[in-house]
Amino acid sequence: MSSKSSQSLAQDKDLLMLPKELVLKMYDHMVYSRVLEERLIKIYKLGDAFFWIGAPGEEAWGVPLGLLTLKGQGPLFDYLHLHYRCTPTLVALGMPMIDSIRLIMNRVTDISTGGRNFSNHYCFPKWNVVPVTSPIEVQYLASIGTAHVQKKLNSNGITVVTGGDAGTAEGDFASCLIWSSRPGQELPVLITVQNNQWGISTAYQGQHGESKIADRAKAFNIKNRVINGLDPIETYLCLKEDMDYIRKNKKPAFIEAQVSRLYGHSSASGGNRSVEQPCPIDVFEQRLLKANFISTDLIKNKKEEYEKQAQQAQNQVRTEMAPEAKSIWDHIFAQSENADWRNF
Amino acid sequence: MANMAQAIRLALHYAHKNYQLNDVFGQDVGAPLGGVFTATQGVECAWNTPLDERGIIGMAMGIAMAGQRCVAEIQFADYIFNTIDLLKIAGNTNWASYGQYPMPLVVMTPVGAGIRGSMYHSHSFESWASRMAGWKIVIPSDALDAYGLLLSSILDPNPVLFMPPKALMRVKGESLIPGEPDNEKDLKNMIDAPLGDRTEWFAKWPDVQEYLVPIGKAKVVIPGNQLTMVTWGRYVQICKQVAEKLKSELGYQVELIDLRSIYPYDWQAIKASVQKTKRILFINEDTEVTNFAEHLCYRVTQELFYDLWARPQVVAAKNIPGIGLHPNLEDATVPHVDEIYQAAKAIIQEVP
Ligand SMILES: Cc1ncc(C[n+]2csc(CCOP(=O)(O)OP(=O)(O)O)c2C)c(N)n1
Repeated sequence: MSSKSSQSLAQDKDLLMLPKELVLKMYDHMVYSRVLEERLIKIYKLGDAFFWIGAPGEEAWGVPLGLLTLKGQGPLFDYLHLHYRCTPTLVALGMPMIDSIRLIMNRVTDISTGGRNFSNHYCFPKWNVVPVTSPIEVQYLASIGTAHVQKKLNSNGITVVTGGDAGTAEGDFASCLIWSSRPGQELPVLITVQNNQWGISTAYQGQHGESKIADRAKAFNIKNRVINGLDPIETYLCLKEDMDYIRKNKKPAFIEAQVSRLYGHSSASGGNRSVEQPCPIDVFEQRLLKANFISTDLIKNKKEEYEKQAQQAQNQVRTEMAPEAKSIWDHIFAQSENADWRNF
Repeated sequence: MANMAQAIRLALHYAHKNYQLNDVFGQDVGAPLGGVFTATQGVECAWNTPLDERGIIGMAMGIAMAGQRCVAEIQFADYIFNTIDLLKIAGNTNWASYGQYPMPLVVMTPVGAGIRGSMYHSHSFESWASRMAGWKIVIPSDALDAYGLLLSSILDPNPVLFMPPKALMRVKGESLIPGEPDNEKDLKNMIDAPLGDRTEWFAKWPDVQEYLVPIGKAKVVIPGNQLTMVTWGRYVQICKQVAEKLKSELGYQVELIDLRSIYPYDWQAIKASVQKTKRILFINEDTEVTNFAEHLCYRVTQELFYDLWARPQVVAAKNIPGIGLHPNLEDATVPHVDEIYQAAKAIIQEVP
């Protein structure tokens, strides 16, 4: 290590709290996720998609979450009840860009929904990523069910649920706190809120009388904290601690992560980069540069390489088939049993 | 004979022992009460939830996502309305995930009027439910059917709404459930919890056997050839009275069909009957505007128009916001015997 870099590390001790490879891996996934999201926005702007919603600004939160997930299918592994800003988590789990592009371009090859749902509405049974649904907050309810099964099986797997700050006004958020914290019947669930200070156009102040959202978990004696979700190191460490706590104690924990909403709410609000919002990748890059973990060349090459992959994926998806009209009848019932009354 | 509440208990017990049903839950369904209708009394895997209907449905969805079976109870259908978007999601999850997340869950909720339950213990839900694509919806009309339909619901890989009529919960069946003791006192002693302290009590279950009523299959309750009456749930018994009256007073032969499944429904049974009788009357206690029977009636006019000798008709509850407590109010709201009798008579007497 050069004396210059050891000096910088002395100033940024946090970087030393995780193995260097892990730090670089997180950075890599964050960039991959961002390039992908920016490609999704371009796909929308080019007219290749009807709508974009996604996660730029949440990479420092989502990537550590994906990396810490006990990945697999069924109750012996972690369940992820995600909302529509979780591309970074999927990237960290191993999702290639093309899967996300097929979803936003609603192709028959979209393995999450078969061309049926919006961007970022992922579904990956092999990683227990249950279907992302549009209605805000309902994921907090289904999460208690998977956690209940895990508890009964004394599984090492836990349930993780994510959502936005404005959505906590829905009763479903309170339901999750209540059901997961019943004395003697606590559930192994990590309840999280990504607080970007906005609900579409409604500012945080317009809704929240509580000092911190985390205080609501406190009322139920749930281990809780507010973290800087713009810092992947802090996020990783806190998530690890809390996920370990849940696995060990089979009790809930709550994390409110401060994140940013870098490209606005969705394509409905333009999908343009905001100058006021902090960018977790820019900040992290500066730290890594200072510590000589990366070079400007590496940053440039990485971004160019991922951008190339993203463009190639888009071009390929453009050639792929659209869902067929008759497929609307598929999967209404399990095993596609007939659900069309005309054929009863 | 077991009453419907006992039959439900027996089915839950059977499913717990044989179908890996490990979670039966809802408000007050666990010990000591075993449900406000006692339909879960003594069931080993029954447990109490917080007073939170949305939480109950969410719990069921999560259990299904984890690949396990469960029966979730909403205490009265009157209180299911605040869960309707969750029911919608439970119904669309398999579709939205392109077949990757089937939702094998059962929601049990008692429906209908007839218990002098006033505005919030008299609701029906089948017509609302019929709009929830992805769900199967069943309504038993007697204890044995409740047993057989519930077992089929638990085995089904889809979300199934099982809606026993509130007013039938205490009504005894006419046929024994396979394995049920002949003497109903014996059954009572075995599976009804004593009054008072129940901490030491547990049910002694009779060795009941599998008996499945297939979802989507109607039952011809009374055969006949002059009018088809299609109904379900509580109105099966009421329409039976009407059919018997029409026979004894006017000599008319009515064919009475218990639809049993609202969705998927047994169109072939309706069709075969109408082709024989040429006349049809639908009866149920849900409100009349966009009543589920209107869909059936529509289909009859589209597909069997030239078979008909009279206008098909629906007799249902008045389209008002609730059911009033005073018997005069309730009786003026849901169909009653005389109203059905008059409608049936008029259809039979209509000259084409
Ligand atoms: C139940 C429900 N109501 C309204 C909407 C429309 N809607 C979509 S996103 C959103 C704001 C959500 O804000 P927040 O929970 O803070 O999450 P964010 O989008 O800021 O990440 C609203 C109102 C919805 N999807 N679901």
